[in-house]
Amino acid sequence: MAKSLKQRLAILSDAAKYDASCASSGTQKRDSATSGGLGSTEGMGICHAYAPDGRCISLLKILLTNFCLYDCVYCVNRSSSNVERARFTAEEVVWLTLEFYRRNYIEGLFLSSGIIRSSDYTMEQLVRVAKDLRTLHNFRGYIHLKTIPEASPHLIEEAGLYADRLSINIELPTDQGIEQFAPQKHPARIRQSMSDLSLKIEAAKEPTLKTKRRQRFVPGGQSTQMIVGVDGATDATILGSSVDLYSRFRLRRVYYSAFSPIPDASSALPLSRPPLMREHRLYQADWLYRFYGFDVTEITSVRADGNLELDIDPKLAWALANRDRFPVDVNRADKEMLLRVPGLGTSSVPAILSARRHKRLRLDDLERLRVSVRKVRPFIMAEGWSPLRLTDRTDLRELFAPKPKQLSLFG
Amino acid sequence: MIRLGLRGRGDLAEWRDAARALLRAGVPPTDVDWRVQDGGADLFGLADDPLPPPDPSLSAPTVPAAFLTLADAVICHRDPSRFALLYRLLWRVQGERALLSIPSDPDVARAETLEKAIRRDAHKMKAFVRFKEMGPPHAGRRRFAAWFEPDNYIVARTSGFFQRRFTDMDWIIVTPKGSAAWDGQHLTLSDEPSQKPDLIDDTDDLWRTYFAHIFNPARLKVQAMQSQMPKKYWKNLPEADLIPDLIASAEDRMRDMIDREATQPKPFHYRIRERE
Ligand code: SF4
Repeated sequence: MAKSLKQRLAILSDAAKYDASCASSGTQKRDSATSGGLGSTEGMGICHAYAPDGRCISLLKILLTNFCLYDCVYCVNRSSSNVERARFTAEEVVWLTLEFYRRNYIEGLFLSSGIIRSSDYTMEQLVRVAKDLRTLHNFRGYIHLKTIPEASPHLIEEAGLYADRLSINIELPTDQGIEQFAPQKHPARIRQSMSDLSLKIEAAKEPTLKTKRRQRFVPGGQSTQMIVGVDGATDATILGSSVDLYSRFRLRRVYYSAFSPIPDASSALPLSRPPLMREHRLYQADWLYRFYGFDVTEITSVRADGNLELDIDPKLAWALANRDRFPVDVNRADKEMLLRVPGLGTSSVPAILSARRHKRLRLDDLERLRVSVRKVRPFIMAEGWSPLRLTDRTDLRELFAPKPKQLSLFG
Repeated sequence: MIRLGLRGRGDLAEWRDAARALLRAGVPPTDVDWRVQDGGADLFGLADDPLPPPDPSLSAPTVPAAFLTLADAVICHRDPSRFALLYRLLWRVQGERALLSIPSDPDVARAETLEKAIRRDAHKMKAFVRFKEMGPPHAGRRRFAAWFEPDNYIVARTSGFFQRRFTDMDWIIVTPKGSAAWDGQHLTLSDEPSQKPDLIDDTDDLWRTYFAHIFNPARLKVQAMQSQMPKKYWKNLPEADLIPDLIASAEDRMRDMIDREATQPKPFHYRIRERE
């Protein structure tokens, strides 16, 4: 019996949930006030709901189909899996997106797909959804399309005219990993696609000679996803691979997805799955690299085995391994060093810099800047406060690390 | 002591007119008793004092743009001390020009805390309003309505977002703290409280299906969900009553996935692989 729309929605959202990204921020600002259509994007993304896994739901994240010709070992949709299969038509995805959008459940679409018939056929279907939304329905909400491996460059280029963001998944941090666990995929070709896309994005930023206007092309940039814990890569390898992608292809984001149990898993998968905390620590380290001026090697060299600490965050781990850099004087230190203090962040540091122009800061001033004084106290000097020398304290780690019992919650 | 009652429903002009008169008359913050009015008189049935006449010996007050931006948000807060706080800041900024750039000052810190609460409240309104369709289209436009319960008087300042986003449909958002409506031509605002209407939309069922299936039971993180989607919002979210069951069954579903023996692939898998 043919499956109803609702049954297929269930199957195809089940199949989509392993993609970590649901971001809807960082694209151009636009709205429907003058076009009289539907949809807008305004800077900060909006999470319209949260699932009990704590993940933000801002987009309708679905697969066009979960049939797939490929057999990536870690994937629930691989050809050898026995999950229930389903397929939407392009019109159905368009309809669902618009109806969900009108009710303010979501602020856009993240469409991906298993590969059917051929890469180009599949990619054409994805492009059609985006094109119809934009041109037939005057839709100005957010659209993220996953590009299909091996799809022709002209299709990716067309996708870029309608999508806010395109992603090309690197899948695993090392080439050997990709070859072993995604046998139909080719690491060199994945990187080639990323490189082509990044060049096109850069080129579109130049105003054209004729119109003097910038072409609208993937204004939200490209992103990728890496699955953690399938191959044996260390955190140092994973983060090194991210830095390489960030710097070579100007990616907006690398998403990390701790490999999670899936229905009908392959016996070729490792038995033990990585703790979710590992994924969290990778995001923190990635953040330190992108916004806090840390070098990835500074963060990953804290432990000899190249992995991040699980029980304390990477910034604190770095501070404890570099105690001679502390205490930091909040009334004199430069911005770069303030950002390295555990407990100070990208919102409190500018506030400190602004406030200290007018007075010498004490601990209670910091309190009013919404800084957790308990946390930062051991690492800073302030008016009327100087801590014990860090090198003299042996209990610091215990002070911050959660009790072992709590840890098992994340195990 | 001058007693002043304001309606206090997020309208900056109302407070600004009173504050400007007080400042021109040289009335210090400690001499004003600000209250929230209920009808013509305040909660205790006391009438307002008249505003004092300006003192011609005083120079014209200055109001930095940053103050107005801050005040525009703070005035929407339900905190009864907001009028006095803003007047104290306005008074002090006449002499202390750099005041607003000292985030560690107690008055500035307090105002910024209120401003932050307003921003969060408005952000959650943009996120958690759920439109329901009201019958067939009218004059070619589809019609939607939503009920929302904000903490503060934010409907007016948030309505522009809905207008820019939902331009091609008619909509109305009603709340206990005012309402906003759009018909394609005009945005109509009211600060009068509304009652919760009865709204039903069949598409909610598809959304609930999506919500239940996008959740990964192997990654249960209830705390993370609740800090972003506090329970006070749940009663107006069509998906929220699914949450307790999703949480309760998560552990069993995960175990089931882990314990399940690997299965044999279907024939089509072998056919595809043979072609390689
Ligand atoms: S190509 Fe994509 S959908 Fe298909 S098996 Fe690989 S990861 Fe899964």
